[in-house]
Amino acid sequence: MPLLLKQIAPPEVPLEADNITPDRITGQTPAGVEKLTVMHGNETRRIGDFFRVTGQYDGVINLQGDHLGRVKFIGARMSRGVIRVDGDVGEHLGAGMSGGAILISGNAADWVGPEMSGGRIEIRGNAGHMTGSAYRGADMGMTGGEIIIHGNARNEVGNAMRNGLIAIAGNSGDFTGVNMLAGSIFVSGELGIRTGAGMKRGSVISLKDAELLPTFDYSCTYQPGYLTLYFRYLTGLGLEIDDERVRGPYKRYCGDSVEMNRGEILLYSG
Amino acid sequence: MKLKSTEIVDTFAEAFKMWGARVIITAANRQWARAAAQAMTGFATSVIGCKCEAGIESILSPGQTPDGRPGASVLLFAMDKASVGKRLLERIGQCVMTCPTTACFNGLDGDNAVQVGSQLRYFGDGFQGSKKLAGRRYWRIPVMDGEFVVEESFHVQASVGGGNIIMLGTDEKKTLAAATAATRAMAEIKEVILPFPNGVVRSGSKVGSRYKTLPASTNTAYCPTLKAVTDSSLPPDVNCALEIVVDGLTETAVRDAMTAGIHAAAKPGIRQITAGNYGGNLGQYKINLHELLAD
Repeated sequence: MPLLLKQIAPPEVPLEADNITPDRITGQTPAGVEKLTVMHGNETRRIGDFFRVTGQYDGVINLQGDHLGRVKFIGARMSRGVIRVDGDVGEHLGAGMSGGAILISGNAADWVGPEMSGGRIEIRGNAGHMTGSAYRGADMGMTGGEIIIHGNARNEVGNAMRNGLIAIAGNSGDFTGVNMLAGSIFVSGELGIRTGAGMKRGSVISLKDAELLPTFDYSCTYQPGYLTLYFRYLTGLGLEIDDERVRGPYKRYCGDSVEMNRGEILLYSG
Repeated sequence: MKLKSTEIVDTFAEAFKMWGARVIITAANRQWARAAAQAMTGFATSVIGCKCEAGIESILSPGQTPDGRPGASVLLFAMDKASVGKRLLERIGQCVMTCPTTACFNGLDGDNAVQVGSQLRYFGDGFQGSKKLAGRRYWRIPVMDGEFVVEESFHVQASVGGGNIIMLGTDEKKTLAAATAATRAMAEIKEVILPFPNGVVRSGSKVGSRYKTLPASTNTAYCPTLKAVTDSSLPPDVNCALEIVVDGLTETAVRDAMTAGIHAAAKPGIRQITAGNYGGNLGQYKINLHELLAD
């Protein structure tokens, strides 16, 4: 039986609930979980002030409620287990997580999986800005793990991303892969402007054509063998990718030439 | 013991502990996958002269390969882990990377791994890149038809080499037919390869030679032309002997292959089916032929 956290009162200001992780909840009774702290503005409050906790942790935490979009830092720094959210979530979901899985049935606000190093975040709806990104002033964003978004994502997906996988079934905003260092970003829908600006290495793969910065140079049109591995993997996670896009061909652009010029943007050109 | 009209000699095959790897080669179509697999498994009949033994385990459909393309599964065996690594590096580099449209993947799980893609990547002259997906790293090496994708590491496992059966026939035609039937039956067994040409070897060897520099020499006891001048193991009406050597990832697979081979080779004109051994002093495995048939 999963541990159920059912929201009983909407917070006046967003809650910072970085104690809602399997790492902190393992071994706790429901009453013990209710005593764990959350930040409500500048006040230290208890989880029990906002959630009724029932059930027993069996590796899964289930959050339910109509105002979970006002709860931040769910799953921050988690290393194991599963968090399943029935509804939307607030900012900083899975910040710095290193393992386990977070499954969101609704939408996520900005900063999904910032600086995460492992595990998987899956969002059935849309995500805000800065998915998988570095915090402002930091050298590196996501360094491992996977973020799967079944809807759209807004700006700066994978900012300074160093490794890992981000897949977006819908559209991606501006500056996708900005300052990217390595890793892979797949976008099935439309790309915004200035994709890959400042990227050193890594791959942005678009299943549609897109307009790119002039600092990206066309190399060739070919069928990248490694893409099939990813497409098979993503299909297994529930993303729909038609056979034509699996087979290619793709136009390869190298850039950003204002940086190392070792990154690539692949645009489907069927 | 008799199997149909063929006598199964009460003896054993002496097999050795080896280390093995499975390599999955894929390509744009089956022909190119097979071409790369054949090149990689060429000159790999005996570890004595070729440093490894290798063969095509099976041809794979697109649904059986990591990238959804037609492929071939190759098994390669050597006497120790490091040797498997060296041979993989040489053969994947020279025979698979060179073949148009191919990609190359590890086909085993386990705790022991050798580095292949992480060494071959330097061919990319600094333009190589890697992707890590689901805990496995793949190197992308730019080549003239696009990219060669090769997995970073290949798992190796303790294996069994040198399982064998020897068919003693009244003439070449019948013995060859029996050997062919046996290899077809043995090829159906997973996790084994038959490293010699079409799976059959005519130049079986014994340990040692009258020439000091040679570690092995022709198996005089099974050469029909020497029956009159040596201590021959051939019955009077036997005029041809052919051997099938089998290497496998497990002893069970080797035993299964030998069993299938014996059943298929027991035909009219095959007087005896026996096996090669060194008195049981060299190999770690003794595979008794009668036990195989009793199982």
